[in-house]
Amino acid sequence: MNEVLPLARELRVALVGRPNCGKTALFNALTGSRQKVANYPGVTVERKEGALATPAGRLLKLLDLPGTYSLRARSPDEVVTRDAVLGRLEGETPPDLFVCVGDATNLRLCLRLVLEIKRTGQPMVFALNMFDIARHRGMVIDVARMEAELGVPVVTSVAVRRGGTAALLDKVDAALAAPRVPHAAEGWSEPDAAGVRRLQKEADRILRASVQHPEAPDTVTARLDKVLLHPVAGLAILLAVLFLMFQAVFTWAAPAMELIKAGFDALGVWVGTLVPAGLLLSFIQNGLIAGVGSVLVFLPQILVLFLFILLLEDFGYMSRAAFLMDKIMGGAGLHGRAFIPLLSSFACAIPGIMSTRVIDSRRDRLATILVAPLMTCSARIPVYTLIIGAFIPDRSVGGVFSLQGLVMFGLYTAGIASALGVSFLLKKFVFQGAPPEPFMLELPDYKRPDARNVLMGLYQRGIIFLKRAGTTILAMMCVIWVLASVPRPPEGATQPAIEYSLAAKIGHALEPIIAPIGFNWQIGVALIPGMAAREVAVASLGTVYAIENADEAPEELGAALAGKWSLATALALLAWYVFAPQCASTLVVVRKETGSLGWMWFLFGYMLALAYAAAFVTYQGAVLLGLG
Amino acid sequence: MSTSTDCLPPFGVVSMTASVPTCGHLGAAALGFRGRIRAVNPIAGSLPPEELERRLVELGFVEGAMVELLHQGLFGGDPIAVRVDGVTIALRRREAAAVLVEAAD
Ligand SMILES: Nc1nc2c(ncn2[C@@H]2O[C@H](COP(=O)(O)OP(=O)(O)OP(=O)(O)O)[C@@H](O)[C@H]2O)c(=O)[nH]1
Ligand SMILES: [Mg+2]
Repeated sequence: MNEVLPLARELRVALVGRPNCGKTALFNALTGSRQKVANYPGVTVERKEGALATPAGRLLKLLDLPGTYSLRARSPDEVVTRDAVLGRLEGETPPDLFVCVGDATNLRLCLRLVLEIKRTGQPMVFALNMFDIARHRGMVIDVARMEAELGVPVVTSVAVRRGGTAALLDKVDAALAAPRVPHAAEGWSEPDAAGVRRLQKEADRILRASVQHPEAPDTVTARLDKVLLHPVAGLAILLAVLFLMFQAVFTWAAPAMELIKAGFDALGVWVGTLVPAGLLLSFIQNGLIAGVGSVLVFLPQILVLFLFILLLEDFGYMSRAAFLMDKIMGGAGLHGRAFIPLLSSFACAIPGIMSTRVIDSRRDRLATILVAPLMTCSARIPVYTLIIGAFIPDRSVGGVFSLQGLVMFGLYTAGIASALGVSFLLKKFVFQGAPPEPFMLELPDYKRPDARNVLMGLYQRGIIFLKRAGTTILAMMCVIWVLASVPRPPEGATQPAIEYSLAAKIGHALEPIIAPIGFNWQIGVALIPGMAAREVAVASLGTVYAIENADEAPEELGAALAGKWSLATALALLAWYVFAPQCASTLVVVRKETGSLGWMWFLFGYMLALAYAAAFVTYQGAVLLGLG
Repeated sequence: MSTSTDCLPPFGVVSMTASVPTCGHLGAAALGFRGRIRAVNPIAGSLPPEELERRLVELGFVEGAMVELLHQGLFGGDPIAVRVDGVTIALRRREAAAVLVEAAD
C-alpha cells in the first residue's frame, strides 16, 4: 500500500476529549498499546504516543492526552492537553489532525468542548465513542444532522469491540487527504464565564436537534447508587469492601503461596544434589533461592490486591468512594480528589503520586504527594505477611475472620490514619490559612468490568513485580550475600561463620542506634539494602539467616524468625514498616513531581522520624508488658 | 447573570429538610429536589467568584438545565450528588449555593 501512497512525512493525530470518554481505550484499540483504562475521570495524566497504519496506508503517530472539560488548563495534566491543542507542546510539531472523542451516552459536555476546540481553528474529527451503550439504551443520534450543525466530520466508534474503530479510521484518512501544513493555533484566548455559557447553550441546541433520548432512561446506575451512595449504608459498604480486600489478600492467596514455597524448597534440594558444596552452592541456595525466592512467594498476594483495585476502578466505584470520603478527607485538610490517588497508593505510591496531577491547587497536590507514601503499598505486603505469619497465631476470630487478616487490616488502618494525621498537621503548620478547595467530580455510570482489561492489568502488575525481583532485589541480594560471606572465618573459629563477616561488622556498628527500637544486627543489615525497596529487607533476612543457619537443616524463614526474635521486636518492625521511607523510586518520583529536592528530603526525614518513634514506642511498650 | 428579585438570595436562611422552596439555591435544597437552574450567581468563597462560576458552567450548570439532588453525604448532608441534564456531578453545598434554582412542578 505504501507504494500507492508514498508519504513524505509521518502524520500526527491527537486524541482529545473530556475525562472518561474512552480516549485511552481508543488509543489502545488503534495502536495495540496497553495504557491504563479505567472507569473514573482522570486516569491519564501524561501524553502517550503510539504508531499505527491507516487502511489507506498512512503512517500515523497517535497522541493520547489527559481528559479535560475545557482548554483553560487548571491542573498540570490539563496544561498538557491545552498545549497540545494549541500546538504549543515544546519540541513537537503541532498535530495534523485532532480526533475529539465524546461519550455518546453523555454528549452535553463533549459537544461544548468540540465547539471550544473548533474555535482554535485546528482540523478535527468528532468521534461518538461508546456508541454500543448509547444504542443499547435506545438513544437515536442523527449523525448527519450533528455533522451539519457542528461543521466537522462526525463518526461513531466502539473502542472496546473489535472492528469498532473502522469507520473512525476511514474518516481520519479522509480528513488527512487534504494536504495542510500543521501550525499552532493563533489568537486563542481563554473564554470567560459568559463565553463558556454561550458555547454550552449552542451545544445544548445541537444536542436537542440531533439526539433523541429514550423514554425510559438507564436506571441501573441510579438503583445501584441508591445503595452505594446511601449516607450510612454507602460508608458501611466502602469499609466492608476494604476489609474484604485485606482479608482476601491474606486468605485467598495462601494456597498459591504454599505451592510456590514448596517449589522453591524442592528447587533448593535439587540444586544441592547437582552442585558440590561450597561457595557456588551457598550463593545459589542462600542468595538466590532463600533471598529472591522469599520475595517471589508473595506474587499471589499482590495479584489478589490488584484484582480488587482493578475491579473497583473498572466498575466505576472510585469516584463514589471519593464522594463518600470527602467530608473525612476534608476534615484532615485533604482535597476531595485526593482520595483516588491515595486509594491507588494501596497498589503502589508511584502511580498514586502521578495521579495527583488532576488536583488543581498546588498546595493540595503537594499535601497529597507528601502523605501518599504512608498508604500501605503492595511492597509492604511481604514484610507484613512474613512477620504476621511468624508471630500471630493462625486462628479465627468469631468464627469468620482470620486473626492474621485482622492484624493486616489494622496495619492498613494505621497507614490510613497516619496519612490523615500527617495531612492535618501539614495543613495546620506548613500550609496555613488557605481556604478549602472546592470538590467537584463527575460520577460516571457504572460499567461491567471488562475481563480483558482486568486480566491485562493483572498481567502487567505481575510482570512489574517479577522484573523487580529479577533486577533490584537480585542485585541487592548479591551484595548482601557477599557481605555475609566474606571474609571467611579464621581457623578454629568458635562462633558461626557469619559473625566474622562484613555484614556482621556493619550490623554491630548499627546496634547502638537500633537497639532502643528492639532491632538486632541482622535486621540492621537488612534495612540498609532495604532502602532501595521494601521487599529487599525480606530477601536480605532470608539470606542472612540462611547463611547463619547453614549447618542446620534448612528452615523456613518465618519459622527461623519466630525462634530468634521476641514478639516485641516483631511488633516494632511492623510499626517501623508502617512509616519507613524505604523506597528509592518513590523518592525519585516525589522529587520529579514536586520539582524540588527539598520536599523529597522533607518526606524522607519526616517518615524516618515517624518510623523510629513508632518502633521505639512499640518496642518499649511491649517490653513493659512483658513481651520482650 | 440575571438575579430575579422574587428568588431567595443565595445566603437566605433555608432549612435543608423543610418543604422544598419554590425558589432558592441548590446549596440549600433538600434530598430529592428537582428543578431548573435560573442563574449561576458567583459568590465569594474558596475561589474567586468568576472562577467558581466558570467551573460550574463548565460542568454543565447553565441557565435552563434540569437539576435533581440525588444523594447527600452523612455528615451535614454534604457533599451532594446532583444530576444536571444527564450528568451526575458531586460537589459541596458551599459551592452549590452559587446555583439559583426554581422547583419544577
Ligand atoms: N462499552 C464501552 N465502554 C467503553 C468504550 N470506550 C471506553 N469504554 C470504557 O470507558 C471507561 C473509560 O475509558 P478510558 O479509555 O479510560 O477513558 P479516558 O477518556 O482515557 O479517560 P481519562 O484518561 O480519565 O481522561 C473504561 O471503563 C472503558 O472500558 C466503548 O466504546 N464502549
Ligand atoms: Mg485516558
